[in-house]
Amino acid sequence: MWTFTFRRVLIMIPQILLLSIVIFFLAKMMPGDALTGLIDPNIGPEAIEAQREKLGLNDPWHVQYWNWITNLFQGDLGQSFQHKLPVTEIINQRLWNTFWLSVLTLILTYLIAIPLGLISGRYNDTISDRIITGYTYIGFAAPVFIFALLMLFIFGFQLGWFPTGGSVTPGTVPGTWSFFLSKVYHMLLPALSMALITTVSTVQYLRSEIIDTKQKDFVLLARSKGVSETRIYRKHIFRNSLLPIAAFFGYEISGLIGGSIFIENIFSYPGIGQLFLSSLMQRDTSVVTALVLLFGIASILGTLISDLILSIVDPRIRMK
Amino acid sequence: MTDPLLHIQRLRTSFKIKDDYYAAVDDVSLEVNKNEIVAIVGESGCGKSALAASITGLHNKERTKMDGRISFKNKDIANASINQLNQLRGSEIGMIFQDPLTALNPLMIIGEQIEETLMLHQKMSRQERKKRTVELLKEVGIPRAEQIYYQYPHQLSGGMRQRVVIAIAIANNPSLLIADEPTTALDVTIQSQILDLIRKLKDEMHAGIILITHDLGVVAEMADRVAVMYAGQIVEIAPVIELFDNPKHPYTRSLLQSVPSAFDKQERLYVIQGVVPPLPNLPREGCRFKSRIPWIPEEVHEKEPKMHEVGPGHFVRCTCYEDFHFIGEDGGMNHGAS
Ligand SMILES: Nc1ncnc2c1ncn2[C@@H]1O[C@H](COP(=O)(O)OP(=O)(O)OP(=O)(O)O)[C@@H](O)[C@H]1O
Ligand SMILES: [Mg+2]
Repeated sequence: MWTFTFRRVLIMIPQILLLSIVIFFLAKMMPGDALTGLIDPNIGPEAIEAQREKLGLNDPWHVQYWNWITNLFQGDLGQSFQHKLPVTEIINQRLWNTFWLSVLTLILTYLIAIPLGLISGRYNDTISDRIITGYTYIGFAAPVFIFALLMLFIFGFQLGWFPTGGSVTPGTVPGTWSFFLSKVYHMLLPALSMALITTVSTVQYLRSEIIDTKQKDFVLLARSKGVSETRIYRKHIFRNSLLPIAAFFGYEISGLIGGSIFIENIFSYPGIGQLFLSSLMQRDTSVVTALVLLFGIASILGTLISDLILSIVDPRIRMK
Repeated sequence: MTDPLLHIQRLRTSFKIKDDYYAAVDDVSLEVNKNEIVAIVGESGCGKSALAASITGLHNKERTKMDGRISFKNKDIANASINQLNQLRGSEIGMIFQDPLTALNPLMIIGEQIEETLMLHQKMSRQERKKRTVELLKEVGIPRAEQIYYQYPHQLSGGMRQRVVIAIAIANNPSLLIADEPTTALDVTIQSQILDLIRKLKDEMHAGIILITHDLGVVAEMADRVAVMYAGQIVEIAPVIELFDNPKHPYTRSLLQSVPSAFDKQERLYVIQGVVPPLPNLPREGCRFKSRIPWIPEEVHEKEPKMHEVGPGHFVRCTCYEDFHFIGEDGGMNHGAS
């Protein structure tokens, strides 16, 4: 178990290194840099060129990469041209907002998916299954951003049940109970909007896993022992069907990153998804690169978490 | 004579395929007595497993229709409620399945899978259950039972897993054991060990045993009586010696003919022509074996084949057995049996 974990973590080092190189080059390939189309047209090209030289933008690529990566390890992700602040500081503020929003979304996703998938798979081809499957088809067809806009319009603006922007009511004191509640209140509608859509693939997956598992031989053997139907599902079918879902967990995280970009912009939620889009628009390269790197690392961590969960629940992997 | 342990009368089990029901087991009547091994033979797809699972109603209710009577210890169980069935399953009636590699829950330790059946049918403390489980593992010939108790199925070989399945089946001393091809997936040495175990059950616990197999060698070695199934029906049933010495039904004779024999050195094995058709295309009119012996004239078959008694405890379906001969025996076309 520990050697498995250790090896699994070790593999991540080349993965992250490769990721950093790819991202570095993609960033270089982006048309223009922070100095093209500079704000003040009165600054002459020589001055801009001097500025480029000063920022190291004219150095050969490996020097640039080396500078970038060593700074990175020292926690220096550069300066944001747009915000005139260290990138770490800008990201840090918003990272936690996004983190908690993602956690809530994940919780909601599974809270919806597990009972629906279970009912749908256990009672397949009944009315309740048809209704649930119908919902998953709608979920697949509806783009997250359109659905989120609709949710915002109905529950935020028309009914006024939820705030329509921000991550906390201004003026609440951090650390207090009402601060916490206000945070959750602000996250609830965006998280629910995302969860309701992203959950459908998990629902369908769980459904087909259960339909598959319930005709397995070991389930028949359990029946032949006189195990009641309730216990068959609880002890035999459910755990075996959840395994592949655990394997999906990592992809779920990558999906969340993509989704957060839409969701945070629609709900004006100050997280890194929103920061990413605005930085992209402003060509704030250092912020964009840092964020892409962050997203990549999150995905790699996601698959790590998946593998570790799998190894905990599946003896066949644990033993290897 | 005392009442049989298990008495199946005119059982028909039909499965739903698309929107229609098709019988996989059709008009099967069978008795199994205490202290008796009844073998069921027949080629793949003839409905042996479907019959076995019908006895304790293991088929999915929504897609299966069952008609006929099944009585076990003089109680009707064909119409029993699921709770009544659950009390029988695993306690009075044990089952061993075809494929030991898939029969155990991959995420549960061996001990827990055996204990589950003890827990459901007997009042025992946790310690007693564990003790009994280790005993059972030893009984079925598993070495290092205390360690195996904590292992997962994937850590055991096929033979070991089949022993675990047997331990589960016999845990509560069943009076009827249904063994569905218990050795098909195993290699020969393991096979005979497993068969010894099953025979011990009969000798020591006087259980009635249904042994499903396609292996006629196993039948000769183990069975007291044999039922031969073809396309969902029993076509011949007889005491084992009678069946081997005096087979009647064309299908039985073909089966026996197709077994390699140590005595006569036939160059080629007899091969029954054709295959059992898939369920929806099964012949249901007249003699079901008709299409596989086309050289036999139509008139010798019964319109609605019935079981005919041809000797003590020896029954054959359809009258065609009277005029059956192998192709080439008189027709001059020289293929099939040499
Ligand atoms: N649940 C089911 N639904 C539909 N058809 C089924 C079902 N179970 C079995 N059948 C069909 O019924 C027929 C008999 O199957 P069965 O499994 O009883 O054969 P078998 O004699 O046990 O064969 P084998 O020796 O290969 O195990 C086959 O045509 C099979 O496809
Ligand atoms: Mg079978």
